[in-house]
Amino acid sequence: MSTAAVAEHGTSHDDHGGGHGHTSTGLSNNKLAMWLFLGSECLLFGGLISTYMLYRGRHVKGPGPDQVFSIPYTSVSSFVLLMSSLTMVLAVAEAQKRNIDKAKLWMTVTAVLGATFVGGQVFEFTEFYRKGLGYTTSLFGSSFYTLTGFHGVHVTVGIIMLMATVGMLKSNKVPGDKAEVIELVGLYWHFVDIVWILIFTLVYLIPA
Amino acid sequence: MSTAVEHASLGTDPNAEHTEHAGHGNSHYYLVALALAILTGLEVLLSYIDIGAAFMPLLLTLMMIKFIMVVLEFMHLRKDAKVFHFLFWSGFLLAIAVYIGFLATFKFFLQP
Repeated sequence: MSTAAVAEHGTSHDDHGGGHGHTSTGLSNNKLAMWLFLGSECLLFGGLISTYMLYRGRHVKGPGPDQVFSIPYTSVSSFVLLMSSLTMVLAVAEAQKRNIDKAKLWMTVTAVLGATFVGGQVFEFTEFYRKGLGYTTSLFGSSFYTLTGFHGVHVTVGIIMLMATVGMLKSNKVPGDKAEVIELVGLYWHFVDIVWILIFTLVYLIPA
Repeated sequence: MSTAVEHASLGTDPNAEHTEHAGHGNSHYYLVALALAILTGLEVLLSYIDIGAAFMPLLLTLMMIKFIMVVLEFMHLRKDAKVFHFLFWSGFLLAIAVYIGFLATFKFFLQP
């Protein structure tokens, strides 16, 4: 890239600022990759949700959905995850205003809310197991634990991403545009939230 | 080097992206979160009352409203480049189409 072109864009290859360097689309390649990844994740969770829908009535042995689910409890954990999306978007907003300290604070709050959700899910699984629903008890149990377990793993990965980003921001090890890095973590986090919006309605609220 | 015409065709304006997002006041996000909380409350309420055949369509509508609100407002897709819309919604719609086909194969929709 010529000096003139760099000056025109106000950025260079090493600077992933607002102009995202020189890309053929004019967009950040990182963001493009994240959206592509999220689009493909729809297929993964689509498969898991469909399998659950197909097998939720198959429980010759062990309890069925109506006997184990606690709607009030899951509603509270859903609310916690929804609010973590709010704190995440506030982190992104602060990062875009270059208030990195506030962004770190909101990201930490998001991670704490996420951890609360995962803790709630572990408690829920323990309760279900006590009620006689193991992973191999029935097709309902297998498909339920696989779906919600995969989601829980995604939330856990999100928490690790959040805390790693906060740590890297603290030690100033985030290269390039910090706001974009936080936005990418935010995209992943919101995706985990929208998957739960689907799971909460399709798995918990619709009777088998 | 990409041109302004190419960016226009992709719905991208690399210089505008961050400033557009930052242009929102945070109160907008609080309002969206409040709406999401109210819709979730409505969903839970619906699961406790008997509204007959309207139950399923209403519940699915509320679910999709929440889903779209998070995607458009929290993930900023409403103001983002068209190519991101394409990548996400094509994956989402493909998933729906594939798995409706999958469930139809297993006669899921004929189950009592």
